[in-house]
Amino acid sequence: MFKIAYYPGCSGQGTSLEYDMSTRAVCKALDVELVEIPDWSCCGSSPAHTVNHVLSAALSARNLAQVEVMGMDKVTTPCPSCLTNLRTAAHKMESPEFRGKVNALLDVPCNGNVDAQSVLQVLAENVDPELIKSKVVRPLTGIKIACYYGCIMNRPPELMRFDHHENPMAMDNLMIALGAEVVPFPLKVECCGASYGIPRGDIVMRLSGKLLDAGRDVGADAFVTACPLCQMNLDLRQGQINRALHEKFRIPVFYYTQLLGYALGLDRAVLGFEKLCVDPRLALGKIKQPAQAR
Amino acid sequence: MSTGRFAVLYRKLGMSMQIFDLTTADLEFVAEVEARSHQKISNCYQCGNCTAGCPYTFAYDYSVSQIMRLIQIGQKEAVLKSRSLWLCGSCQSCTTRCPNKIDVALIMDVCRHMAREAGYATERSVKIFVDSFLASVERHGRAYELGLMTAYMTRSGRVFTDVDLAPQALMRGKLPFKPHEIQGREQVARIFERFRKGGDNV
Repeated sequence: MFKIAYYPGCSGQGTSLEYDMSTRAVCKALDVELVEIPDWSCCGSSPAHTVNHVLSAALSARNLAQVEVMGMDKVTTPCPSCLTNLRTAAHKMESPEFRGKVNALLDVPCNGNVDAQSVLQVLAENVDPELIKSKVVRPLTGIKIACYYGCIMNRPPELMRFDHHENPMAMDNLMIALGAEVVPFPLKVECCGASYGIPRGDIVMRLSGKLLDAGRDVGADAFVTACPLCQMNLDLRQGQINRALHEKFRIPVFYYTQLLGYALGLDRAVLGFEKLCVDPRLALGKIKQPAQAR
Repeated sequence: MSTGRFAVLYRKLGMSMQIFDLTTADLEFVAEVEARSHQKISNCYQCGNCTAGCPYTFAYDYSVSQIMRLIQIGQKEAVLKSRSLWLCGSCQSCTTRCPNKIDVALIMDVCRHMAREAGYATERSVKIFVDSFLASVERHGRAYELGLMTAYMTRSGRVFTDVDLAPQALMRGKLPFKPHEIQGREQVARIFERFRKGGDNV
């Protein structure tokens, strides 16, 4: 049993409910124990670091300090934006001068000696792929998937230290292990328009539209993502994108944890497929039943 | 109107060329950007790789390599008034691909901080979104999506933002009507209070 502190992130309680649910379910099934930080708060997300780096680091460090109090030195989060903030805070706090400025804003001081990793990294590095394969009861045979990592999961490489910064493979390898056909997707690390959906929707229409277009070109039945913001832009906003670009995209956009849980045969209720906007049956219907697959 | 060879060519191509007077360089500005970002601005040799990979160039007034050049020649006002600063998504493409290992996205972030401190906000809706988000975190300890949307719509006057998405999100239980209040929300509020009181935050 591998044990690690867990930082769910704010969107996990709202727009990405299904990501949090399915993450907890697959970790449990794969013997990874997630110990939730008891009173976690927002990491500051993009808004904080665009205002001030000490403020941003302090909002993240309040959570890192709690991990230290828990007597742990590793924390995992499903969200790449939270991950970037937690890692940046810990990295910058290696400087005693910066750490002093951050701690001046905090009630409980933080040493910054906590390593934050994505849940994807934790699964890729701590769970034997053969174990995953052996636990697959519903192989994803017959479905064509484009793996979309988003812009900050692996960049900049000096900070993120996981997988490749131009051609990451962690989700590809996982999906292949589950029996899916992974199509080559050239825009794996391109930006979806991030949090500009609200203030500058036109930007997200264009950038996420380009991703959907490329996915269709390479023949993907579905996208698989690891980021709540990417997923929301591609899925919840797909109708808006269609109206803005006069398109007819209907491509389901899953969290990788949902398809992993599906292949492992977990209860549908904990995977949250009904939370997706574009009908997931368009893609799940392509999966051949085990009898047919043989 | 300039009759220089390039100026004429640019006009023929329907492009505009801006001319900056190098004798107006604000060297203190260059030094401040360098001190706050810990990056050496003169390391940029204008290869344009950052701009080539930047997904936001289509929406920018100055491309990211142009921003780098403007900083080099000390054009403080042109930089701090640039809309590009507010539209950078911090996607890290420029930083990752810079052949001279300049953390370009960090420089964009630092200039955005300086623009905000100087009272500029050339993409007002972006500033209002950021402020609404942080106000929500200050109040509840966590981001509360429905509350921040309402605050954004009120402050920006753009009351129909994403109303088409609300039914879908509400139906799926993705926009809770109540914020998740945490025990330590006063601790989070104090982070913001101490920050506003100032001190050495850069």
